[in-house]
Amino acid sequence: MKIKDHNELFQEQEYVEQFERKKEFENCPSAEEVQRIGEWTKTEEYRELNFKRQNIKINPAKACQPLGAVFCASGFEGTLPFVQGAQGCVAYFRSHLSRHFKEPMTAVSTSMTEDAAVFGGLNNMLEGLENAYTLYHPKMLAVCTTCMAEVIGDDLNAYIRTAREKGAIPQELPVPFAHTPSFVGSNITGYDNMMKGILTAVTAGRKGEPNGKINIIPGFDTYTGNYRELKRLLDIMEVRHTILADVSDIYDSPNSGEYKLYPGGTLLADAADSINATATIALQKYSTAKTLDYISKEWSQTVSALPPVGIKNTDSFFEEIGKITGKPVPQEIEDERGRAVDAMIDSHPYVHGKRFALVGDPDLLLGLISFLMEIGGSPVHIVCTNGDKKFREDAEAILSESPFGQEGKVYIHKDMWHLRSLMFTEPVDFLIGNSYAKLLWRDTGTPLIRIGFPLFDRHHLHRYPIIGYHGALNLVCLIVNTVLDEMDRKTMNTTSFDVIR
Amino acid sequence: MSTAIKETQKMIEEVLDAYPEKAKKDRARHLAANDPTGQCSACQVKSNIKSRPGVMTVRGCAYAGAKGVVWGPVKDQITISHGPVGCGQYSWWSRRNYYNGQTGIDTFGTMHITTDFQEKDIVYGGDKNLDAALRELKELFPLAKSMGILSECPVGLIGDDIEAVSKKAEKEFAMPVVPVRCEGFRGVSQSLGHHIANDTIRDHILGKGQLESSTPYDVALIGDYNIGGDAWASRKMLEELGLRVIAQWTGDASINEMGIAHKAKVNLVHCYRSMNYICRHMEEQYGIPWTEFNFFGPTKIYQSLRKIASHFDDGIKENAEKMIAKYKPVMDAVIEEFKPGLEGKRVMLYVGGLRPRHTIGAYEDLGMEVVASGYEFGHSDDYKRTYPEMKEGAVIMDDATLYELEEFTRRLNPDMVGSGIKEKYSYHKLGVPFRQMHSWDYSGPYHGFDGFPVFARDMDMTVNSPTWGLIRKNK
Repeated sequence: MKIKDHNELFQEQEYVEQFERKKEFENCPSAEEVQRIGEWTKTEEYRELNFKRQNIKINPAKACQPLGAVFCASGFEGTLPFVQGAQGCVAYFRSHLSRHFKEPMTAVSTSMTEDAAVFGGLNNMLEGLENAYTLYHPKMLAVCTTCMAEVIGDDLNAYIRTAREKGAIPQELPVPFAHTPSFVGSNITGYDNMMKGILTAVTAGRKGEPNGKINIIPGFDTYTGNYRELKRLLDIMEVRHTILADVSDIYDSPNSGEYKLYPGGTLLADAADSINATATIALQKYSTAKTLDYISKEWSQTVSALPPVGIKNTDSFFEEIGKITGKPVPQEIEDERGRAVDAMIDSHPYVHGKRFALVGDPDLLLGLISFLMEIGGSPVHIVCTNGDKKFREDAEAILSESPFGQEGKVYIHKDMWHLRSLMFTEPVDFLIGNSYAKLLWRDTGTPLIRIGFPLFDRHHLHRYPIIGYHGALNLVCLIVNTVLDEMDRKTMNTTSFDVIR
Repeated sequence: MSTAIKETQKMIEEVLDAYPEKAKKDRARHLAANDPTGQCSACQVKSNIKSRPGVMTVRGCAYAGAKGVVWGPVKDQITISHGPVGCGQYSWWSRRNYYNGQTGIDTFGTMHITTDFQEKDIVYGGDKNLDAALRELKELFPLAKSMGILSECPVGLIGDDIEAVSKKAEKEFAMPVVPVRCEGFRGVSQSLGHHIANDTIRDHILGKGQLESSTPYDVALIGDYNIGGDAWASRKMLEELGLRVIAQWTGDASINEMGIAHKAKVNLVHCYRSMNYICRHMEEQYGIPWTEFNFFGPTKIYQSLRKIASHFDDGIKENAEKMIAKYKPVMDAVIEEFKPGLEGKRVMLYVGGLRPRHTIGAYEDLGMEVVASGYEFGHSDDYKRTYPEMKEGAVIMDDATLYELEEFTRRLNPDMVGSGIKEKYSYHKLGVPFRQMHSWDYSGPYHGFDGFPVFARDMDMTVNSPTWGLIRKNK
């Protein structure tokens, strides 16, 4: 039986007519007026007006602190993210992460309401900790806050102490916390704060003999494939390591017919021992700044932030590993490098000179800028809603190193509506961004290459690494095949419609 | 008390044992064995009460109810998420309220527009920036018909006066600027957000639209959010019935339609939970009767068509019979196609406003049985409407937690579960066929004669996908 769903149904004549009839009641502007305004929004004049705005964000590419915090917390063994504040926030974090990963996400809220706004959230915290502990048996409860708890000034440290004193939770249960006001920073800030909070709590009193391991902090990295790739590479190199926080098995768990609340994560014992590691390497800089500062000062470890996106960045990552461990890059990985470079050489004619617009989190953008220039692409518009001046300097420094970066301009605190103006007034060939960037694809006709977070409208992309040499290969695939798809679409009725590219 | 009820009660008690004493006592009031007669007092669940902290409620907040449900779909209004960036980000373009229009030009439904509060806004207040933001939006989007200011938590806590800002802007812009006090900490769930949003429609929009002429057949379609095109499928039927749908609330709604519903002869209500308030107001203020209906599945559709027609003259009543005669063979064919693969399958539902009861008939049309059902944010009037729809001893759940849903699933062993995105993937891991019943799992429409075939197809692919058979349990 042929079933028509929304994809076909509403194109049918009777619906088209229905939509026309409905206009009688809509008091909508005429088609000409809509057309006129639509054209106006593509102009320089509109761009100027658009860039003048100071007080409103339109289609921003960032999320709020506690989202990053619960994401970070979920990457530790048996850990239940616990959010002090209003309950709607947690419902949103869970939906948002589930839509991206297509995986369950667990977190609890203390369901604060009007009375908590008046009297504070202590009672919510006490009952919440007891209920969550009794019902979900976590090994750790990692507490962060919504803006409600922050505005009323809930004192997490004191509340958790009270909860222990009153026996709501066992004395020995680790309950790290982080204040994560959503009106400061973004998801990457929340990740950083929670990571610092967790490491502070679990390593307290654990300074001991050096364990010879390296700590790796991936940052707000939503590619589960990246975590698996990282572990594979370090295992090949026989580098003993601890990934803080390892979300790969949480957001990419095998289907074995059972639902596990805590399907993996960094072992708490390993997290506790991370204070005794030789060094800590972060794979993102902006989502780990406070944590690295803490590790450097409090643990006296050497710290570095090296995003291994692209060939040269990955080279630097391995150089750093070599410097710390004395281990050279093994032939197996050297071969992977060779294969990735080979692929980039094979595909370069289709990317060379192509101009790109990019939007996303700061760390991802730095990596992508670098990679694009390695294959001869030109990053032109770089929009980072949650980027700061330091990010702009970093990005500009990278751009200035290559002739392919000369056109690149970095926009911080701007959003995708700004990018729309940029793309209409200074068109580019391709766009790199998250699923929401498809609005820009629709409006400007610029093909979208989906890299970033969230990715809601394509499946499984996050399972494929974009870090390391394999990651570079995947990036080449994503980019060049989008270029070629587009070329086919454009040439399908011309003589240029080739079978060999 | 029947054996079926006793057995279910015993199971519920076992499930509740895992809770600490206080939470157990509270949760016990929200779970019950169904008594279709409504006689057994122990079988009535308590509802619309605060969730216990830390239990992992599925519920959202007032903002979700006001922005996500009621105001968000109004297409030619600029709906501003006023406060920090997150709320608007997570509710962006997620509910599938389809609409016609040029997004960013004359319609704004799939955009995320926020004042993006920073620390300075908390310290010094956000009113000044809000005022400036409204001006910037007015310049950038000249075809907007209204602006809605949907408050997030901090706005109410820091004592901002968004009403004053709105009033001033409304006067200057000569269009509605609607302050909606839907801070997430208000109330116990999305439900209060619906109510608050209804009240703002009443105060700022209703009665202010233009309708050139009236007919005796004018109706308003209320509480249909056009998810996957539901309202369009329903509208098509109402038009075929001979009625003129002057307003569609709020799926694919325009501000003008929001302003003329009071001119309807009857308000036709699909989602009672989220929009009964404004219907009661229109009844009191304008004397407009309202009637609930259910366009899920042929049995309920036929009943509803007759019920709606009963408010009109014989011509409309005849049309209803004609329509039923015309579409019955089509519906029968759908049932014939899909019933063999679905007959006897048992369903567990845990959803929002109307689906926990409204979809039962559609499942039954396909030979399926709903063995458990519950609401995230229902009130006692929702449950009263639900009891008679379900069999004796079925599980009724109010504000269920992740733990309870999992336990009931293990014990009831349903053939499929219908719930939301937060639940979906834990069911996939369990190997239990699952369908999102908020968003139709990106499918739809499910309403009306055009929707039922899609519903049937989707339930079939859910239950009968070969992928479930690939799962190998760990030894």
